[in-house]
Amino acid sequence: MWALSPAELAVVLLSLKVAACCVLVLLLPAIAMAWLLARKQFWGYAVLDALVHLPMVLPPVVLGYMLLIMLGRRGWVGSWLYEQFHLQLTFHWWGAVIASAVMAFPLMVRAIRQALLQVNPLLEQAAQTLGASPVRTFFTITLPLSYHGVLTGGILAFSRSLGEFGATITFAGNLEGETRTLPLAIYSLTQSPEGDAAALRLVILSVLVSVAALLISQWLERRLLRSQR
Amino acid sequence: MLTVDIQLHQPYGVNSRLDLQARFDLRPGDCLGVMGASGSGKTTLVHAIAGLLSPSAGLIRSEEQVWFDAKQGIQLPPWQRSVGLVFQDGRLFPHMTVEQNLRYGMPEAEGQITLMEVVNVLEIGTLLQRKPGQLSGGERQRVAIGRALLRQPVVLMMDEPLSGVDDHLKQQVLPYIKQVIASFGLPTLYVSHVREEVAEIANEVWVLAQGVLRQPV
Repeated sequence: MWALSPAELAVVLLSLKVAACCVLVLLLPAIAMAWLLARKQFWGYAVLDALVHLPMVLPPVVLGYMLLIMLGRRGWVGSWLYEQFHLQLTFHWWGAVIASAVMAFPLMVRAIRQALLQVNPLLEQAAQTLGASPVRTFFTITLPLSYHGVLTGGILAFSRSLGEFGATITFAGNLEGETRTLPLAIYSLTQSPEGDAAALRLVILSVLVSVAALLISQWLERRLLRSQR
Repeated sequence: MLTVDIQLHQPYGVNSRLDLQARFDLRPGDCLGVMGASGSGKTTLVHAIAGLLSPSAGLIRSEEQVWFDAKQGIQLPPWQRSVGLVFQDGRLFPHMTVEQNLRYGMPEAEGQITLMEVVNVLEIGTLLQRKPGQLSGGERQRVAIGRALLRQPVVLMMDEPLSGVDDHLKQQVLPYIKQVIASFGLPTLYVSHVREEVAEIANEVWVLAQGVLRQPV
């Protein structure tokens, strides 16, 4: 009952791979966007802020469909990617990464932005009087003092990616071995009469992976805060 | 030598505005004390010299390098001005050790002021591996002074460096400040609202009142 079949193991590994890549893909853009929203005021700020948070309020299927229109084989960007680089994101695990990254982006931006807002700007000012350019100030003062936010954002994005269903199935499809992540596999198993036991195994595994991710993040955060005291 | 001749006008509080006018020269070995009541613009003056605020008009020049010239539209950013600034609250970087804080502003090429010298004068050798959170108020200010010195500045500015420490600690830190000014001979601007403190440290005391920095008659 409890042993995982090779196909189920493949689903778990694929989900972990997609979630890890989602975090890596988001890291730089999320930090950049969080910094922009935390530190700058500019014309169109409210519009950009709303756009960043849009995936939190839009139904995932709607976002998946929008991705399909843009990045699908016949989409505006997708057709260009295919013609230029023979790159097709739909029905490819990178499509699942993109779909979950879009869904997780606002979560990561919010966590990092919150941490950036807690960094005392007077410390950045002090660094500049010590000869540090804005770039050096960011990488030596602002970012290290916001690591806990980056970590929290990373864990939130990882967990969101593990649980992502609607946008992934709409944009990347439900292709076994390629885009069938844990939620999609559980959904597929519940559609077949003999799939209950396997679905339950994957559900338990999902819970275990998510709890492990949370515990690791709490442990890392404690270590990080201790090292900064 | 640092030459300052600036005017600055900026909003202050909800309905007021601050008009500041300052004109002075600082030569090596000079320690100019600036005294003024709270809100008189002392910190504004220091920030304007450091490049953290932009004056409305005038000139700031260090030797041959122009830091600010309203007429020519020159405004060097803070990181390009050779200033050692000690803030009221120390502003040590909490995630770094004392040694990392001290080294932060050090230029790559070894300057005239060495780490060893600063550590000895300020007696902070035993604190090097500690984090700022593990220091007392007086120790933090000594480290902040050391960090500003190791920037190898052409001018040292201290903005109420003792206002956050109690009288007992103040008496402990004051001799270090005097020692720093005597040992390194940097032109120094010492700002405080406490007359006795400024008088004890500076060799000349000017007063900032009604927006104008003046030498008392």
